[in-house]
Amino acid sequence: MNLFPFLVAVWLAAVGLYGVVTSRHFVHLVISLSVMQASTYVLLLAVGYRTGAKAPVFADIPARSRIVDPVVQALTLTDVVVEATVSALLLALAVQAHKRFGTVDPDELGALRG
Amino acid sequence: MLFLPAVLLLAAGLVWAVTELPAFGHYSGVYGLTLEHVALGQRRATDIVSPVTFDYRGVDTLGEEFILFAAAVGCAILLRSQRDEEVTEAASERAAARAEEVRRPVRALAAVLVAPAVVLGAYIVAHGHLTPGGGFQGGVILASATVLVYAGGQAVAFRRVSPEPALELADGVGAAGFALVAIGGLMFGLAALHNFLPLGTQSQLLSAGMLPLLNLSVGIEVAGAVTLIISEFVDQTLLRSRRR
Amino acid sequence: MTLVPLTILVPLVAAGLLAASRPLASRLLADVIALGAAVAVLVMCAILTHRASHGEIVYWWGAWRPHGGVSLGISFAFDSLGAGFATFAAALMVAALVFSWRFFETVDHLYHTVLLVFLAAMVGFCLSGDLFNMFVFFELMGVSAYVLAGFLIEHRSPLEGSLNFAITNSAGGVLVLFGIGLIYGRTGALNLAQIGQTLGHVHPDGLVVAGFALVVCGFLVKAAAVPFHFWLADAYAVAPTPVCILFAGAMSELGLLGVARVYWTSFAGVFGAHEGELRAVLVTVGIVTALAGALMTLGQHHLKRMLAFATVSYIGLFLVGVGLLSRDGLGGAAAYVVGDGLVKASLFVCVGILQHRCASVDEVDLHGRGRVLPIAGVLFGVGALAVAGLPPFGPFLGKALVEDAALGQPGYGWVPALMLIAAALSGGAILRAGARVFLGLGPRGEPDESSDEAREEAEPESEEPHDSTPWLMWVPALALMAAGLAWGLIPDLSHSIGAAAARFVDHAGYARAVLDGVLTTPGHVLAPHGASPGSYLYGVGAALGAVAVAALALIRDGERRLGPLMALRAPLQGLRRLHSGHVGDYVAWLTAGVTVIGGVFMIALI
Repeated sequence: MNLFPFLVAVWLAAVGLYGVVTSRHFVHLVISLSVMQASTYVLLLAVGYRTGAKAPVFADIPARSRIVDPVVQALTLTDVVVEATVSALLLALAVQAHKRFGTVDPDELGALRG
Repeated sequence: MLFLPAVLLLAAGLVWAVTELPAFGHYSGVYGLTLEHVALGQRRATDIVSPVTFDYRGVDTLGEEFILFAAAVGCAILLRSQRDEEVTEAASERAAARAEEVRRPVRALAAVLVAPAVVLGAYIVAHGHLTPGGGFQGGVILASATVLVYAGGQAVAFRRVSPEPALELADGVGAAGFALVAIGGLMFGLAALHNFLPLGTQSQLLSAGMLPLLNLSVGIEVAGAVTLIISEFVDQTLLRSRRR
Repeated sequence: MTLVPLTILVPLVAAGLLAASRPLASRLLADVIALGAAVAVLVMCAILTHRASHGEIVYWWGAWRPHGGVSLGISFAFDSLGAGFATFAAALMVAALVFSWRFFETVDHLYHTVLLVFLAAMVGFCLSGDLFNMFVFFELMGVSAYVLAGFLIEHRSPLEGSLNFAITNSAGGVLVLFGIGLIYGRTGALNLAQIGQTLGHVHPDGLVVAGFALVVCGFLVKAAAVPFHFWLADAYAVAPTPVCILFAGAMSELGLLGVARVYWTSFAGVFGAHEGELRAVLVTVGIVTALAGALMTLGQHHLKRMLAFATVSYIGLFLVGVGLLSRDGLGGAAAYVVGDGLVKASLFVCVGILQHRCASVDEVDLHGRGRVLPIAGVLFGVGALAVAGLPPFGPFLGKALVEDAALGQPGYGWVPALMLIAAALSGGAILRAGARVFLGLGPRGEPDESSDEAREEAEPESEEPHDSTPWLMWVPALALMAAGLAWGLIPDLSHSIGAAAARFVDHAGYARAVLDGVLTTPGHVLAPHGASPGSYLYGVGAALGAVAVAALALIRDGERRLGPLMALRAPLQGLRRLHSGHVGDYVAWLTAGVTVIGGVFMIALI
């Protein structure tokens, strides 16, 4: 349990990278990129976790209770928005690739060589 | 090939690095610990993540909001209609016919869920400083209300419900609004993004100074931007066809 | 003090208003608002640069001052170098907007919106004093850039270029974020000065090195150092020409600024004892980038792609300056970035004017047709020689300062010679292109497979040719070239830049300014110095080398483009095959690069 969340983060990053490199379909590529981003969420949230602490909302717990780190949660929130928007842009490009050139295979676009 | 050994070595290096992190569950960073003690008193917001996002680290959120704004604008640019595309009669008729195919229970369910989605989204936006939620989360829920219209098979109604100029207006106004609130601090002789509204009493809807205002601005912007993105996609794939 | 937040708030508000006012559909309104905002940012940043020469400027957003040594909020903490770079970026934006005024016949409000957001992101990145905040502006710059690169979406190459750009740079962003997570795990801080204080001078372990390596590699992806550079030529070749001005002049260089900023504020203390090893790695990466980029320029006949590879080559030279990890190296790199950026921007404007007039950007296609634009021809020739390093112009000054810094560092005497080769090769390729287009020299190319490809690539730019060039398009070309050439002639410039660099590398002083609010002066005073006599020789040598390379390339003897430069043919073909256009390959190289650089750091720094 000590290392497990961090190992999950590393695993996600590696698998995502593998997906991006070997992808034959743009949508698959975008999702692999999302998996890579997800690894950073897991890392950040795992770094901020405190055993036995509560969520950082004092609405219904006493003001002196221990809470987990709120900073990493804010960072992750920002991160999620960034990743979602980049995915949207990439998917827009994928849609255009399909509409205009009839392919969603990254290997088939190949106009920019050398 | 080149890649497999590289990624394996990279993974190994990262594993070595994470073994040197403080043990899981034993967070001891000064930043979080300091905020844990001072944030409630300084900002009277019970959801601590909210002042961290909008107050202490407000510039990050300003940047992030504009990333969403830029992406929405970008999707509008990248998916715009080209010279050889137009909304043909046939395409509209096809869309209407497709709508008829969607089964009645699905349409009924979608219709029923729209209003609660709007209310839920508004609730989450308004209570961001009190309970988990806020502008981003609530804005996405508001956007999903319009998506429900589309899912109910009413692609054409979806376009009527979310006209492009109104969305761009919402997007632009929300984004500019956040920046203007930041400037507001300057106008009162304080630092930018400094709180210039009264803090109120804890756990009230109108408390925590300018946090509700920022949440509202972000909620408008996110709802507009996400709906704009989805509307552009629907546009591109559904209602337009190349002139044969 | 209120100027600091306004530098990013003004362009952001303007961008929002422009998007909201899109239904009004007035081109003039968009141009005026955008230009006004850009000029305002330029003036504000210039004022801040001047003020920062007396000491670091520290601005806490929301007035959240540090609470017992722990920073609660986000600071913009910068010195003259940071503010100076922001001023430079704003100046290039003004030039790009002026050029766009006439270059695009019709364009949406949204173009100006995205440009303004891009400007705000660049300025924010330069001024920021917080690691995660830098990442946010880095991503904002990225998103706007992806949109701008793919702007001419109707054609195949902008689509592919934008995709390669977006995917590679997003992977870079993930690297940075992972590194930030690791650093935060160790230090519990995100403020650069506070990280530096917390890491202190203890012996570095695997975690610190890994975090540093990931952040540096992520920034190097943006900066397009080898082997992270594959996306750059694809993206710069297909972006609209006004946007290329910004990309080539400012965006990639910002990656290097990021590396320097993070090193000198947070890691200089903990890696201080191993500076020599770090220096070796960075300088090596820089030299490899410089030579690879220069070699690739020779093989291009798409003008913008050629300039893009030249950009990669010069990024390598800037990286050498930054990688020397000294005050002199950094100052030299800063001077070089500005001088080279201005001249290269002018070259891009000339290409844009050619495109506007002759509807092509292919060197072979344009053979001799540039004779109708003699001014552009002169600018092109002068520009090519200037970037090769002809004294006494702007790029020469920067190159000379970097060479002097390298010579001043024991064991790096071989660096100036390699820099000369790189500059001569890339300058020669540009000269060759200019001679072919404007003077009609050299063999007329026969149509072959690679020309077809280039013609397809050139398609996006080829609208109908125009009969005359509006005077407004000449203004940025002449102004940028004049500024770039004059940059080397400003008296005492090297002294001011040296003083600014001294502040930049003074990490103890930076920490005191940010965390305690106390300004200190960085110790010793510099004597004014210009370029040394030896560097004049190098400069003239590089320029002559460029002329020689161009001449060799143009000799009519049946070899299509390289002439008798046969020795370079094999490595060039090999390199060109690597640039496959497939994004999977690019990311594979990225992974390999991170692994190798990270591995070397691990071995060297622990």
